[in-house]
Amino acid sequence: MSRMFPFFAFVLLVALFGFGIWWNTQHDPQAIPSPLLNKPAPAFVLPKLYEPTVTVSKSDLLGKPYLLNVFASWCIECGVEHPVLQAEAPTLGVLLVGYDYKDAPDDAKRWLAEHGNPYSVLIADLPGQTAIDFGVYGAPESFLIDSKGVIRYKHIGPMTADVVATELKPAIAALQKESP
Amino acid sequence: MTPELGQLALILALLLALAQGVLPLVGAWRGNRALMAVARPAAAGQAVFVAMAFGILVWAFVHFDFSVRYVAENSNLALPWYYRIAAVWGAHEGSLLLWIFILNVWTVALAAFSQKLPEVFAARVLAVMGLIAVGFLAFIIFTSDPFGRLLPMPGDGGDLNPVLQDPGMTFHPPVLYTGYVGFSVAFAFSIAALLGGELEQAWVRWARPWTNIAWGFLTCGIVAGSWWAYAELGWGGWWFWDPVENASFMPWLVGLALIHAQAVTEKRGSLRAWTILLSIFAFSLSLLGTFLVRSGVLTSVHAFASDPRRGVFILAFLTIVVGGSLLLYALRAPKVSGGKPFKLLSRETVLLIGNLMFAVAAAMVLLGTLFPLIGDALNMGRISVGPPYFGFLFPLLMLPVVLLLPFGPFLRWGNGDTTILKQVLLRAGIAAGACAIVAAFFVDGQPKAIAGVASLVWLGVGVGLYALKRWREMPPGRRYPAEMAGMLLAHLGVGVFVAGVLITESLSVTSDVRMAPGQTQHIAGYDFRFDGVHQTTGPNWRADQGVVTVTRNSSLIAVMHPQKRTYLRGQVQTESAVDAGLFRDLYVALGEPMDTSNIEGAWSLRLYYKPFVRWIWGGGLLMMLGGFTCAADRRFRIKRIAESEATEGLLVQETRA
Repeated sequence: MSRMFPFFAFVLLVALFGFGIWWNTQHDPQAIPSPLLNKPAPAFVLPKLYEPTVTVSKSDLLGKPYLLNVFASWCIECGVEHPVLQAEAPTLGVLLVGYDYKDAPDDAKRWLAEHGNPYSVLIADLPGQTAIDFGVYGAPESFLIDSKGVIRYKHIGPMTADVVATELKPAIAALQKESP
Repeated sequence: MTPELGQLALILALLLALAQGVLPLVGAWRGNRALMAVARPAAAGQAVFVAMAFGILVWAFVHFDFSVRYVAENSNLALPWYYRIAAVWGAHEGSLLLWIFILNVWTVALAAFSQKLPEVFAARVLAVMGLIAVGFLAFIIFTSDPFGRLLPMPGDGGDLNPVLQDPGMTFHPPVLYTGYVGFSVAFAFSIAALLGGELEQAWVRWARPWTNIAWGFLTCGIVAGSWWAYAELGWGGWWFWDPVENASFMPWLVGLALIHAQAVTEKRGSLRAWTILLSIFAFSLSLLGTFLVRSGVLTSVHAFASDPRRGVFILAFLTIVVGGSLLLYALRAPKVSGGKPFKLLSRETVLLIGNLMFAVAAAMVLLGTLFPLIGDALNMGRISVGPPYFGFLFPLLMLPVVLLLPFGPFLRWGNGDTTILKQVLLRAGIAAGACAIVAAFFVDGQPKAIAGVASLVWLGVGVGLYALKRWREMPPGRRYPAEMAGMLLAHLGVGVFVAGVLITESLSVTSDVRMAPGQTQHIAGYDFRFDGVHQTTGPNWRADQGVVTVTRNSSLIAVMHPQKRTYLRGQVQTESAVDAGLFRDLYVALGEPMDTSNIEGAWSLRLYYKPFVRWIWGGGLLMMLGGFTCAADRRFRIKRIAESEATEGLLVQETRA
């Protein structure tokens, strides 16, 4: 019977691999799961873009879910994403918070003036220190944060209409179901 | 037109592989010599068609045939010719073609050198090789056609992954694959032995040189890969425990166990079932490596292509090959342990301990590599175990190997002798201890570095003492047969390797600094002066090239040119500059400019001083050399001919009767 042992071990391995292939068809293998997912968002205090003397902190935004969108004027992909955000922002049902990442304030203002401003709140992180706490790899990235300040969904790369319809909106709907 | 010919050639090769895989097996079963005789011509024909397909793909790359999708995706007009040839195996389809091409090289070599083997046995071995080829050819033809067209034909192609545009990378995959695929020969021998039921140890002697050569190539491939990662990735590391690296390391470990187990089985007849199992494992892990890299089940820096259809195909193939052979093993492996008896203190015991350690290490690496997948399966999320896991467990498992290694050769088969062991322990121990004490003054008391020096001396003196013993006791000409010389070389390589690893890891100096032009940084006795960055261009890239002048006590050591290249399609790639030396490497990698608009200003730079880093690869190369030297032993050839002549004589008589 001990001669069968390697065979059984291998059967187990095959089952694992079969599962792996199935799993990959269900999930985006490129997605880097954020260790922050379903964890409280890091605390932050950042100045507003248009009123640098006024700061916005994490506790200011508690109470309502919001979508934190990391963007920058130097980021080309953000230009791709921008029209989608502008079109979808009014129908999202959550606050859209713009997070200007490692960007000269004047560049950002010029860029927003040119492309339009879909954000209800705009904060600026010029040194990029807080972005490290959020685990931001680069712009654009978006975080859906619930009313208790917990990150519920994260998207790396530009939001497309498709992603909004299939991922973001269901995630928001799930939030709203929890706390009517 | 020619690409279609390539496709046709692959289909014909598949048909011949089917003939090679099935007919000789039937022949061996039914005792039909005509069917058995199909094996060699079918193998030769298959090789011709596969070589043709491979040549056609090379030709398409050399002549910029962008109507072939694979060529268009992986090369462009500006790519130099040598990288266009390397681009053949730069992505999924082509690397599989390389795989099957190398399998055919091995098969043809086997067909040529197996003339003197018993007919039935040779037929079975070649048939198993044919069946493996069937799987891979079908995989290429049905899921990964390298000759697919792209219409309309683009004017210019994409680019070869810039990571692969390096001399080391043109060389690394073919050598690595030669090693991987080479284990198919030992596998085929084992399966043939299981099928035939003739489990005397004769076949093990025939398999030994093949295993040694394959293992030597695998060693060389891994060394080349490690060197490439060091020079190209810009992190200054030489091993990352990345899934793809692990995929090549697992068959290496099992192959190492196999080499030693084969020696025991051949000489003493013990461990027969274990040897068969290891041959199956070594090749299975090679296939598994291909599966892991090509199916996208694990994602890593190296994961180039992934497609669930391909994953399913390889998994099915893996199941048939590995599952089938393990089942065969379960049913037919020798039930009684044969061989000459051995005492607790004997060479067999030491080799068995080594074997156990290598096998456990391979299992440990497998577990660590698959951990993210297991995490998914158990719904714990994708957890990776990284260097902390491997870096702790692997040295722990190898420690007994290093400690026991000097004694192995001194122990006699069957029944060892304690007096000589005490002598070796005393001499090597005193030498290692003395050198460790001296070394302590030079390495600032770093325990790891001291351990490195001690293990080098421990292993070196052990090997030297044995060489001396042979020199004294044996007549000239019989002192160092190739098998013995290879063993000594490889064991010395272990010492060099261990010393390199431990000293590099403990005494390296790394410094991430911001440097303005003209600024000097002092590291490990060297002065690195940053002389600014300028732009330069190559055949298909432009680069910011830094100039770093290294001096020591104001005498010039080197002028180094680290680059940050931007390739045609916008991919960025660092080219670190290395000033190599036997006892230390100086290594400079360019980071980012402090101000992107002014590249002539200050930059972040990464400076390394890496003592003895070259010994890591030097040790690896010595091990490789040891493997090749062993395989050249005349004993493997002469005895083989003498023995098989006898069997052949018998066969001739049988047919005449």
